[in-house]
Amino acid sequence: MTTKPRTLYQKIWDAHVVDTRADGTCLIYIDRHLVHEVTSPQAFESLRAAGRPVRRPDLTLAVPDHNLPTTARKDAEGNILPIADSESATQLAALRRNAPEFGIRYIDSVDVEQGIVHVIGPEQGFSLPGATIVCGDSHTACHGGLGALAFGIGTSEVEHVLATQTLLLKQSKSMEVRVEGKLGPWVTPKDVILHIIGVIGTAGGTGYVIEYRGNVFEEMSVEGRLTVCNMSIEGGARAGLVAPDETTFEYLKGRPYTPVGEDWDKAVAWWKSLATDAGAKFDKSISIRAEDIQPTVTWGTSPEDTAPIGGAVPAPEDFADASKREAVKVSLDYMGLTPGTRLTDVEVENVFIGSCTNSRIEDIRAACEVLRGRHKADNVKWAIVVPGSGLVKAQAEAEGLDKIVIEAGLEWREPGCSACLAMNPDKVPPGERCASTSNRNFTGRQGPGSRTHLMSPAMAAAAAVTGRLTDVRELVG
Amino acid sequence: MEPISHVAGRAIPFGRKNVDTDVIIPAHWLKTITREGLGKGAFEAVRKEPGNVFTDPECAGAPILIAGDNFGCGSSREHAAWALLDMGITCVIAPSFSDIFSGNAFKNGILTVALPQEAVDRLMEVAKTDPIDIDLETQSVTTPFQDRFTFEIDAFRKHCLLEGLDEVGLTMAQGDAISTHEAHARKELPFLARTFASVD
Repeated sequence: MTTKPRTLYQKIWDAHVVDTRADGTCLIYIDRHLVHEVTSPQAFESLRAAGRPVRRPDLTLAVPDHNLPTTARKDAEGNILPIADSESATQLAALRRNAPEFGIRYIDSVDVEQGIVHVIGPEQGFSLPGATIVCGDSHTACHGGLGALAFGIGTSEVEHVLATQTLLLKQSKSMEVRVEGKLGPWVTPKDVILHIIGVIGTAGGTGYVIEYRGNVFEEMSVEGRLTVCNMSIEGGARAGLVAPDETTFEYLKGRPYTPVGEDWDKAVAWWKSLATDAGAKFDKSISIRAEDIQPTVTWGTSPEDTAPIGGAVPAPEDFADASKREAVKVSLDYMGLTPGTRLTDVEVENVFIGSCTNSRIEDIRAACEVLRGRHKADNVKWAIVVPGSGLVKAQAEAEGLDKIVIEAGLEWREPGCSACLAMNPDKVPPGERCASTSNRNFTGRQGPGSRTHLMSPAMAAAAAVTGRLTDVRELVG
Repeated sequence: MEPISHVAGRAIPFGRKNVDTDVIIPAHWLKTITREGLGKGAFEAVRKEPGNVFTDPECAGAPILIAGDNFGCGSSREHAAWALLDMGITCVIAPSFSDIFSGNAFKNGILTVALPQEAVDRLMEVAKTDPIDIDLETQSVTTPFQDRFTFEIDAFRKHCLLEGLDEVGLTMAQGDAISTHEAHARKELPFLARTFASVD
């Protein structure tokens, strides 16, 4: 019997179909469910009201991240400090209460394993290739870097997964984004994904699952792949993935939740069989030359508003689409930018290095390579480095990276979502600019009136040093 | 979820493209453990713009919102749907929606109607002065000026919306099928079927 060539996405999908309805809606089994404090309280409340248990608490892992302040969590005597914001405290307390009540594993805010949910999933080996992974957070796409089908869900779906370990879904279309060639020096995974979003637009991936293919992704580290897949949602795609390979297996082996012994061997054999078959058809294909990708920054209030650092702020008239022209006008006004201004002339008062996109050890190392022996500029008022987890923080400290950060005049913080979304005390003041390694430059995202420029950790570090958007290649050579 | 079959009334002619969930409900409103009261934070920044449609008395209490392409992009926060519902909005019309938002809207009994840009432009015009009528049964949008546009909707979603069905309850009734899948997975994909917590 010959089977039709299938994509990686199709193979994972097929392995998880519990039931198919007449209209094509499928009941899909979920292998791993990550839970955080913001999108889960209402789901637990509904379960409690209906007297419904969690079907597979053993496949569920809860950790607080969005609300947590990134300042010290314990005083000098080791006592846990209270959360000043009462609403945040209530939400954090709800997760601390709900998880044990429903039998779910819970990592507490003061545990060394605590971190951003999308950093700890892969770090703990909880997230695995070929698995279906969900979380009430759109950056769940991140885990696709391991070759998992991972996507964000709303709170009603969180409730649905808690109660049934399944989701009702229609299969998405498939898109191949191929990047081939050689990336230049200091052109990082973040630049690759920002460039891709600039090409396809924020709605370019709507209705699709993206598979990132080509030698650039094959040669990329797992952490780089996590960064790329993380921002699939900024291109409209609910999920993005990279085929698991030896790099993936090497990364996962020996992590706390990773299979062992015979199960590990069986897993690797299956993971190897998941790669897209030769001749499999994608509904849409995009091809990009690696050499065309430069260190990239955003200038507007949509992640598709990207430009190479050597470029200038565009004018509304540069865009063919009438509604985009209008949007650019509003964006530039909000961002306080004049068309034609060279991007390297744009001054920044704030720098944020962190978020589920760029807070892993490789990100901290890249930033420190730029910060080593340099100091932040005087016009930079606030600059923080926020490791993605307690374990990333410990690793960085073991490598002496915290000292480089502090000597450069930046702050070294506790792990959490921090200034990515302004739900915790880390915010960018109104009207001020931030060179940020996070994922969204939306209006008000980093605080009301905040102006965000997205970029890589090395580029954000360079901006901290010069006090303006900077081509890291010119600073470091 | 409340059954929904028909929405009629004034529509807010917002029209903006790529409206993200941070615009619909900024993050500082997400620190709640209930679904209620989020209407106060809905479109917080837009409401501060002079001449915006949300503070226009003409639009007060309107059950329909009209927007541009890619409405609801960004975060998965269901608070966006809860905020709209709290404002009294039960139908959003736009040329396209983000996948996660349309799912969240549906699960809260908010109808998302995708229509071609020309139809949306026409409805934006009508909305300035007159009501709009959406009928889910016939999948049509009509105006007092004899405009009639039909829209597509997934058959299962339509059924759930019309009946106000509890999706969790529906799936729990399929418990045997889920157990069968789990048994199969334990045999074929044992490394996914459980976690290997050496941390325990």
